[in-house]
Amino acid sequence: MSEERHPLDHLLRADRLPHIWCPGCGIGIAMRCLVLALEELRIPRDHTVVVSGIGCSARVAGYVRLDGFHTTHGRAIPFATGLKLANPDLTVIVFSGDGDLAAIGGNHLIHAARRNVDLTVICVNNFIYGMTGGQFGPTTPLAARSTTTPYGNFEPPFNLPAVVAASGAVYVARWTVFHVRRLITALREAITKKGFSFVEVLSPCPTGYLRRNQLGDALDMMRFFKTQSEIRHGAPPAEVGIELGRKLILGKFVDVERPTYHERMRRQLAAFFTEPYVEKASEEVEAKEVES
Amino acid sequence: MSRWEVKIAGFGGQGIILAGYLLGKAAAVYDRRHATMVQSYGPEARGSACNSQVIIADEPIYYPYLTEPDVLIAMSQEGYARFAPEVKPGGLLIVEQDLVTLDAARLREEGSGGDIVRLYTLPATKIAEELGHRIVANIVMLGFLCALAPIVSPSGMREAVRSSFPKSAIELNLMAFEAGYERGRLSRSADDRV
Amino acid sequence: MKRGPAVLTGVHFINGDVACAEGALAAGCRFFAGYPITPATEIAERMAERLPEVGGTFLQMEDEIASISAVLGASWAGVKAMTATSGPGFSLMMENLGFGYMTETPCVIVNVQRGGPSTGLPTLVGQGDMMQARWGSHGDYETIALAPSSAQEMFDLTIVAFNLSEKYRLPVLIMSDAVVGHITERVIIPPEAEIPIVNRKRFAGPRGAYLPYLPEDDLVPPMVAAGEGYRVYITGLTHDERGYPSTSPDVQERLVRRLVEKVRRNAHDIIRLEERGVEDAEVVLVAYGISARVAYRAMELARAAGRRVGWLRLITVWPFPEERLRELAARVRAFIVPELNLGQIVREVERCAAGRALTIPVLRPGGAVHDPREILAAIEEAFHV
Repeated sequence: MSEERHPLDHLLRADRLPHIWCPGCGIGIAMRCLVLALEELRIPRDHTVVVSGIGCSARVAGYVRLDGFHTTHGRAIPFATGLKLANPDLTVIVFSGDGDLAAIGGNHLIHAARRNVDLTVICVNNFIYGMTGGQFGPTTPLAARSTTTPYGNFEPPFNLPAVVAASGAVYVARWTVFHVRRLITALREAITKKGFSFVEVLSPCPTGYLRRNQLGDALDMMRFFKTQSEIRHGAPPAEVGIELGRKLILGKFVDVERPTYHERMRRQLAAFFTEPYVEKASEEVEAKEVES
Repeated sequence: MSRWEVKIAGFGGQGIILAGYLLGKAAAVYDRRHATMVQSYGPEARGSACNSQVIIADEPIYYPYLTEPDVLIAMSQEGYARFAPEVKPGGLLIVEQDLVTLDAARLREEGSGGDIVRLYTLPATKIAEELGHRIVANIVMLGFLCALAPIVSPSGMREAVRSSFPKSAIELNLMAFEAGYERGRLSRSADDRV
Repeated sequence: MKRGPAVLTGVHFINGDVACAEGALAAGCRFFAGYPITPATEIAERMAERLPEVGGTFLQMEDEIASISAVLGASWAGVKAMTATSGPGFSLMMENLGFGYMTETPCVIVNVQRGGPSTGLPTLVGQGDMMQARWGSHGDYETIALAPSSAQEMFDLTIVAFNLSEKYRLPVLIMSDAVVGHITERVIIPPEAEIPIVNRKRFAGPRGAYLPYLPEDDLVPPMVAAGEGYRVYITGLTHDERGYPSTSPDVQERLVRRLVEKVRRNAHDIIRLEERGVEDAEVVLVAYGISARVAYRAMELARAAGRRVGWLRLITVWPFPEERLRELAARVRAFIVPELNLGQIVREVERCAAGRALTIPVLRPGGAVHDPREILAAIEEAFHV
């Protein structure tokens, strides 16, 4: 008799399930999209690493059957930078939440984008600090209620695609956990993209955000994602800020080419050193350039 | 002598720290002795008072600060005024003659016996300018010192100079060293005749 | 230009910071992430110049938190990694230092101490971070901290630090100070073959059989690197042998006790001391870093005046050499502890003396080293009590 197995068991740590997420939470969907994207990509899984910080989304690093690093709050990106630069053969994916990546880790976010380190950052944005019980964060819309904005939020939120695009990200997209097919495609593109790529994933937090703001349950949020979204590929990132009562702008906003940190480093150092900074191929290219 | 304490004082931009470094390097790397340098400088990179303190010894050097300098090279008025009284009796005091006005009262006192230091003056900056650039005044001073006291070997000092500058600057610095060394040799033989 | 040598065998006249960088390279360090800060900047500058020569990676990060995070990440990529800082940056590193102890990540953190608190005296010496080195990150843990007192030791002890960190799988601290960082001295770099190098125990068994936190007899679990196919999960949460988070008090007890015990039980292997004239001493000076060299002068002066004074230099400060101090406490009249803080290591000495010997602090809050005569006065006091 063969045991029934989930078709994604080889990419998930079944011995760690059930997961910690609340009913209706969207993080599980986002994780499944990541796993399906990896499944489609067929990149060497032994060389694929997931790094996270702290928070509900950060738990993903411990559920995927890959090398996973659940680091300290806000520091997933610099940890991932160290991993990637010390072993450039690794495919390094940062999976964490909006509070982790954009508040406590915000400085690292913009600097990693500036350096164009070859990382994929997946940011689940549920508009709230979920794990600590619903405090407002750097993405909480104006006027929203949270346990620390009992009279409504009066801090303007970050427009994350604009922040990372302005900092130098070469790939920037936003989807919701309702748009799974498009999200999987975006994750696939982001992971294969050379350089700093960023995918914002809008997701419901029924416990910490929806309930407190009378926005219904998770299903209502999914309905909202379905009906109140507008797909505008190539929209200028500055125009995609999220406001209560306005349509959500989704799509691929940035997909440009820019030398990565490694490429620039090798190019710069090749002027001074031979190996290991000059590959055979680029030596030939250089020789040609000198000739012409 | 197994232990030498040397203080070089001046202001930022005169190569005071570099002079101390070269002296220590000659002793440590080329003469294979123990050498330690500590430095003190103001918050600005240039212009403020600074000094370097070098100890050269045959034994390991535990306490790295000078207790009683055997040598003071004063390349500024402030350096002279502050540190000249510390020099050990019988020690060596070398001043940049165009930048330091000697204290007449002190000289009289010293001349009357007691805590006598051996005083030498040298227009190191002027000599350096004649060689092409005032920036090597510190190396002129090192050459002068090398001829006056057996702190480091002249060959070690030359090696230290050769190994510490970019190719294009080695010749000028070696010339500066030799110019200072020659002046020191002449001063010493003048003394010997007395 | 071809690659340069990692070990610059020969006699050098270099400062402590540069010697530290050379020690790291000789130890096999191939990754450095840091942020400029006086008086540790020269370490980063030297690494920026030298790492590309040996095929390593130098990275200037946006702050010290990012620096230590990148170092921990690089270590999990299987590369020996280091960062260097001073007080303010050391404070910023504390949380991730704890992550390093919890996840048992080998790496080296250099603190070239300056006067504090806060911005304090950026260019001047201090030894005020010694207790922070021991207790700075939250929760229970044991650390290893070495205190070099010369440029030569900045080289030698950086190698020792890497070896201990690889052997016991934890961040090792080099608690230097502004004088030792900037002092320029003769440094002898031995031939590469004469430098003992320790590398972390690696797990090489079948993939399914690996338990990342199953210790061996020395209480240290063998390590793997990311990308080797073992699919490890590493978390700062309390974790079991599989590395999986747990909220069980039993798991917490087992894990934290082991993290502490792997250092305490191996203290004999970790602790290094230098002693002079302790055999017949009635009074022993206990010091570390630059203060030890000043204390040495005081001992010379006291000995010249006929006083039987000994000198004990702490090379390893943490774990504290309790055993040796207790032994001495049973037979000496007094310990004298000069430090450039207002009383940190002296508390440890006093704890070990436990009333059997007098403990006399000679304290300055940094900015300048002691005058040996201050220490001499304390010696006289000890003989007159």
